Amino acid sequence: MAIFQVPNINIAGISACVPEDEYNNNNYDWISEKERETLIKTIGVETKRHAKKGTTTSDLCFVAADSLINKLGWNRSEIDLLIFVSQSRDYIIPATSGLLQEKLSLSKSCVAFDISLGCSGYIYGLSVIGSMMATGRINKGFLLTGDISTLNTSFKDKSAFPLFGDAGTATAIELSNNAEPMMFHLQTDGSGYDAIIIPDGGIRNFADKDSSFEYKNISEGIFRNNFNIALDGIKVFNFSLREVKPNITKLLQEFELTIDDIDYFVFHQANKLMNETIRKQLKLDPAKVPYSLKEFGNTSSASIPLTIVTELSKEVKNSKLTFLLSGFGVGLSWGSVILQIDKIVCPSILTYKD
Amino acid sequence: MNITDFTRKIEEEFEDLQKNSLSSEDVLRDKFTWDSINALIFLAHVNVEYDVEITADELIKSVTVQDLYNLVYSKVQIKG
Repeated sequence: MAIFQVPNINIAGISACVPEDEYNNNNYDWISEKERETLIKTIGVETKRHAKKGTTTSDLCFVAADSLINKLGWNRSEIDLLIFVSQSRDYIIPATSGLLQEKLSLSKSCVAFDISLGCSGYIYGLSVIGSMMATGRINKGFLLTGDISTLNTSFKDKSAFPLFGDAGTATAIELSNNAEPMMFHLQTDGSGYDAIIIPDGGIRNFADKDSSFEYKNISEGIFRNNFNIALDGIKVFNFSLREVKPNITKLLQEFELTIDDIDYFVFHQANKLMNETIRKQLKLDPAKVPYSLKEFGNTSSASIPLTIVTELSKEVKNSKLTFLLSGFGVGLSWGSVILQIDKIVCPSILTYKD
Repeated sequence: MNITDFTRKIEEEFEDLQKNSLSSEDVLRDKFTWDSINALIFLAHVNVEYDVEITADELIKSVTVQDLYNLVYSKVQIKG
């Protein structure tokens, strides 16, 4: 069972960047006004940001990281680890982390690699960067997470289009002998690999002259092609309602903690109905469960740090707080972490002018 | 759990349904828009209220309020 602690790791700062173009779901005229109202109320997404074609996740992460490095006053040559967590890479080959290492003017002694995860990506990313830094005695590292999800979503897919927004984030991590351990519980169920999937364009269904970009009618209100993201709503919903609560309960139990020991629960911003159901299952006080969904939608692996930046920046800048962060979805992959955030650098959300 | 209580709670869950408007023989899709969003709202409701999970296939096969009640009731019994 993957329940473990990572000692001596401190979060020094968190920043987030979104593209400037805002999409308002009240203008989503693919569906009727009545249906639109129910949809917005149920998923909880009113506006979200859409990157222009050509803007990449790494562009957003670069702005978030560059600004955070300056705010922290870190020497770039001291940053020896960079991890980019995303499912929207710049190129098929090479990994995007190398491009970011160069663009951020980090040294050649910097370890850099990509991790391909979505909704659970921030938690997995923290566990990997924390473990590597703790065992390798690496002093400073950066975790960059996010996705451009709007580009491969079909406008004529009411089950996906209104949900997603684009964002990139940066989290600065440092080795610190005084830091309290981060406590993780990570899980996977690959049998649900097709619950959230872009079927074509990888090696299994390679893009070539025989590929079809034709939109097919999947069901009422859903037209898409095989290069678009496909969501099996009920499957994802049942998975999250079945797995997230026991994952969190087990983690708390293992380290002899209770819900009352946690100041804030920051969940991956999947959709309002799903997140509120999980909140009710765990009987959590709404004041302890912030949302950025309404303004930014589901931003994949960026959603947890983005929510901290937009909803809790004052709190994390001024106090020492215990957080439980939980991500769940595509993979299927899910995980939670309990960690301390102690007076960090957390600038206001940044806008990318693309 | 009993069917009256089950039915009243469904009425509370959906804005389009009037109080005391549903009976056990009613076909849900005739009473209001029984679309994918409302299906998810129903799944969330039975999860929180009865702690059971319903699949898409099971939901499609359940036509009347009584069918839905029987489905949820059988799952509650299995859980003990």
